[in-house]
Amino acid sequence: MGFMRKAVVAGLASTALVSGVLTGVAFAGKSDNTVRFAYDQAPESADPFFNNVRIGVIIGQHVWDTLVYRDPVTNEYKGQLATAWRWIDDRTLEFDLRQGVKFHNGEEFDADDVVYTLNFVAKPENKVVTQQNVSWIEKAEKVDKYKVRVTTKQVFPAAVEYLAGPVVIHPNEYYEKVGPKGQNDKPVGSGPYKVTNYVPGKSITLEKNPDYFRDSPKPAAKIAKVEIRFIPDRQTQMAEAISSGVDLIMGVPKDQADQLKAAPHLQVVSGETMRIVFLQMNTLEGAPSPALKDERVRKAIIHAIDRPTMVKQIVGEGSRVIDTVCFPSQFGCTNDGAVKYDYNPAKAKQLLAEAGYGNGLELDIVAYRERNQTEAVIGYLRAVGIKANLRFLQYAAMRDIIRGNKAMLTHQTWGSFSVNDVSASTPVFFAAGDDDITRDPAVAELLKKGDNSVEPQMRKEAYRKALALIAEKAYAVPMYSLPSYYVAAKDLVFKAYPDELPRFWEMSWK
Amino acid sequence: MIGYVLKRLGLALLVALAVSAIAFFLLRLSGDAATAIAGEGARQEDIELIRKTYGLDRPLVVQYVEWLWQTLRGDFGTSLYFKTPVSALVLDKLPTTIVLGLTSLGFALLVSIPLGVLAAVYANSWIDRLALAIAVVGQALPNFFFALILVMFFSITLRWLPVSGSDSWAHFVMPTIALGYYVAPAFMRLVRAGMIEVLSADYIRTARAKGLPARSVIFKHALRNALVPVVALTAVQLGFLLGGSVVVETIFALDGLGYLAYQSITYKDFPVMQVVVLLLSVLYVLLTLLADVANAWLDPRIRVA
Repeated sequence: MGFMRKAVVAGLASTALVSGVLTGVAFAGKSDNTVRFAYDQAPESADPFFNNVRIGVIIGQHVWDTLVYRDPVTNEYKGQLATAWRWIDDRTLEFDLRQGVKFHNGEEFDADDVVYTLNFVAKPENKVVTQQNVSWIEKAEKVDKYKVRVTTKQVFPAAVEYLAGPVVIHPNEYYEKVGPKGQNDKPVGSGPYKVTNYVPGKSITLEKNPDYFRDSPKPAAKIAKVEIRFIPDRQTQMAEAISSGVDLIMGVPKDQADQLKAAPHLQVVSGETMRIVFLQMNTLEGAPSPALKDERVRKAIIHAIDRPTMVKQIVGEGSRVIDTVCFPSQFGCTNDGAVKYDYNPAKAKQLLAEAGYGNGLELDIVAYRERNQTEAVIGYLRAVGIKANLRFLQYAAMRDIIRGNKAMLTHQTWGSFSVNDVSASTPVFFAAGDDDITRDPAVAELLKKGDNSVEPQMRKEAYRKALALIAEKAYAVPMYSLPSYYVAAKDLVFKAYPDELPRFWEMSWK
Repeated sequence: MIGYVLKRLGLALLVALAVSAIAFFLLRLSGDAATAIAGEGARQEDIELIRKTYGLDRPLVVQYVEWLWQTLRGDFGTSLYFKTPVSALVLDKLPTTIVLGLTSLGFALLVSIPLGVLAAVYANSWIDRLALAIAVVGQALPNFFFALILVMFFSITLRWLPVSGSDSWAHFVMPTIALGYYVAPAFMRLVRAGMIEVLSADYIRTARAKGLPARSVIFKHALRNALVPVVALTAVQLGFLLGGSVVVETIFALDGLGYLAYQSITYKDFPVMQVVVLLLSVLYVLLTLLADVANAWLDPRIRVA
């Protein structure tokens, strides 16, 4: 089936070349200043707190606003619904709110909206799906009409980052009246686009909000209308792009994107994403492979893999090699002081021989996506005498194996929910949580120290030491960041960002 | 006849019940719903909370009996993913699938009957071979592959039809061909075999001897009789088309029951999967029952057997 699909894709691409030349192309989206965008998943709800898919985040950022905005280029925080903020103590953030902002239904924005939204989502009984985004909130209180205070349950320095990302603000009167179900049926926010038509599971249409406040860090939208369609099949999405049925698709596999580069009416743009790839090694007591408890074996595995070549040959443009298990732009992520392991198969063999595995070693590797990359890793390991058996699984099944202490090597990827702070990445796998399969108390303590302070320098130092220790002990193989490929109509002006959020408010037609 | 129908009806109910039980246990064995719902990065306690909230921590038999009891009372539960009643979701999507099923059936009959007749009238000639080749290709090509070939030709090269969606009649043309072509060969073979048998019958020879025109003999006298088994097969194939639309609906992003089934499998949305499987199996069983009854009505020998 895989071969057949590839054949069809090649056929689609070559047909695109011919048809693009012979018939010319109708730019329907350009003529009515509309962008037609296709995505493979449908959100379970349009309310950003009740879905955990990327398209939900994309819709959320266009229809709603957040208190703070993070500039995707400089990573600088700017005021959006808030104009200023400050830490009052280790657990209390105070916000001055913007005046004169209106929701799409005409409701005026003030402290009541922030207080109602944050208190609603913080209560577990309201069953917010994205618990990791809100479980840090203890409460929100109104100080006056345009001032609120947000208290965190524990010291939580990444609070501003979350309030600049997934935590949007709902209109309190409307939300109180209709609840999450009503927000899904008829979404109302304050963002640069409003929802004018929504058929769950099928499509959602956004139209420019003409009353959007001028001082927003999101610039005034140029595109009048965005039609988002949920098309599950990748080949269908490609066919739509080739036949100009849609103007933008994302997450296109590298080989397919490469084939579309030659189509005269399309452009292929690749950009780095925050999703990093790394191999975890299980060193726990009772783990199925005691060999991985030996530091020399772990170091041999890192030396065996040629990461720069993998990036160049199979991962693709936009990707870069990483030396620590975090995304480079995240606050606290650094490779300063971390041991760098070069590609050195001879050294890998020597280390294996010293550890008593000169005659070979057999391991299982569990993986759930980018199978071709796992297979390349297996090839590199075989070259130094490690026979790695691939167990390719669904994510949920792989996680059960990891948490059940049945994994040996794991091919992990992590997107940090686009949160630009190390607390959303490294600690998930090394701070003694459910997914930590090395459980080094020194590493866990340093990471917790970084997580539980609001003092930036102290945090950076703690994370730096933790990352250096992980590298020194070779607990994981940091591999690279993953790129994302976009295919768009040639005349669409747009930019790819690491948070994989297409910003329609910035796009325009040439 | 009534006794026969009641016996078949009882059997049909048992089949539906067995399918529901098998589907229920197989779906549960296919993976942990709580883990799937929690998504990437969920903590173990989040997963446990979800397991408890949705009652997934109880023994499977208890879950099945409760589900069956609720279903029998007309309560199909709530979708774990969309958080809306399953009945509303299914009713919303069913019309698209029924339209696609009927148009595909129409297409299949339109193609297979003339081809079958031609193949029988010119048996063992090149026309017969050509019809056979068309039938073999129809059955051998996976429908996702054929669907994409259609897209390549009609949407990309000719730009006549939209690639995907369900907003207008034009959106149904390619899905109809892709799905209909797959079932057409069965009809074609049946028509051909029936026609060959009928054409050698005495009454056809008599009709010819009377000097009736060939067209009248073939269409008026022979085809009518050759089509009897086709009527029964039509009911069964319609059931197949309704159930077999998962791939085609997914490829063409047609917002029907097949697409809903695909989504519910992706998201491990058990309540939806369960109802879709039950509904399709009941429809299939009912259509098969209809075919049996029609056959029995047309041919009394079946009733005795």
